[in-house]
Amino acid sequence: MKLRNLLILLVILLATYGTLISVAELPPYGMPDNPVHNQVSERYINRALDDTGALNMVTSIVLDYRAYDTMFETVVLFTATLAVVITLKLSNKGVSNK
Amino acid sequence: MKILLEKLIINYPYCIAAILFMIGGLTVLTRSNLLKKLLGINIMESSIFLLFVAGGNIRGGAVPVFDKANVESVYINPLPSALMLTGIVVSVSVTAFALALIIRLYKTYGTVDAQRIAQMRNEVEEK
Amino acid sequence: MKDFILKRVASIILPFVFIYGIYVILHGHVSAGGSFAGGIIVGLSFIAFSTIYGIDKGRAKLPEKVLIFTESYGTLWYGIMGMVGIFKGVPFLTNKLAGIDLGVPGALSSAGLISLIGLGVGIRVASTMVTLFFIMVEDE
Repeated sequence: MKLRNLLILLVILLATYGTLISVAELPPYGMPDNPVHNQVSERYINRALDDTGALNMVTSIVLDYRAYDTMFETVVLFTATLAVVITLKLSNKGVSNK
Repeated sequence: MKILLEKLIINYPYCIAAILFMIGGLTVLTRSNLLKKLLGINIMESSIFLLFVAGGNIRGGAVPVFDKANVESVYINPLPSALMLTGIVVSVSVTAFALALIIRLYKTYGTVDAQRIAQMRNEVEEK
Repeated sequence: MKDFILKRVASIILPFVFIYGIYVILHGHVSAGGSFAGGIIVGLSFIAFSTIYGIDKGRAKLPEKVLIFTESYGTLWYGIMGMVGIFKGVPFLTNKLAGIDLGVPGALSSAGLISLIGLGVGIRVASTMVTLFFIMVEDE
């Protein structure tokens, strides 16, 4: 094993130990009175069937309550496809060294 | 020490997420093949999704789809699952663009090894 | 011998995978699933067909014009569906305030604009998967 790999392994083991100590201080897993379940998710669960007509709560959050985020997410997918096409197609048509 | 171990066993999904993050970080920093570094980045992103979605679970809760049979059941929190869909799309986009760049590097230099590519670029600069 | 078994098995399984993907997209608001997962399943069935039967047959089924059409208009479809709210005087991308009746919950044609938007997003994600595969596979 090279010296560089050994030093990297040592640093990452120290970081793992620090992370595991702070993971033990998190609230216990799966209790219904965690700070995660506040009044935002309560309102979404109670009024999802009346505001939209969908039975699936995740779809009604993604496509009705927060539809603005999903619109820009499709734009992000379009931009990624555009970037891949530009990187791989314009190289074989005489535009070299760029 | 025993108290620490007991608290860790109760929060086992968060422990697995932290260990997966460190395994991914080790893969990115140690290997010199570009494709293995890309897989390490993917492992790190998957561990973060596990951390957030497991944070919204309730033991004994039901799937967040309305059920006509039993109306008064406890549903799990649907908000982290809905927010992580955006993260998954970002992860797919970054992986696709990184793969396109690796294809271009392979066609120019003929190898996929990061250290050999750096040596080739140093030789070209010295000439 | 590997080609022989793969072609026979794929010709039986792949149509069912395609129809299952469309089922997951269309029933996004009734049971688990939604637009993103269904779109990826439809895209994967086309990629599996291209891998087993050769790239030329895959390109003959989905020429470039169809892919360009679904990719561009799938992104515009979302904005056009949002304009329905503006023409009636309420904010952009609203569902119930714009006066669309929501129907019986549990039927396939309920929930107003959600199923239409989900169909557009699902087709668009499938087209993205197939486009990325066809671009990266060709050599020179």
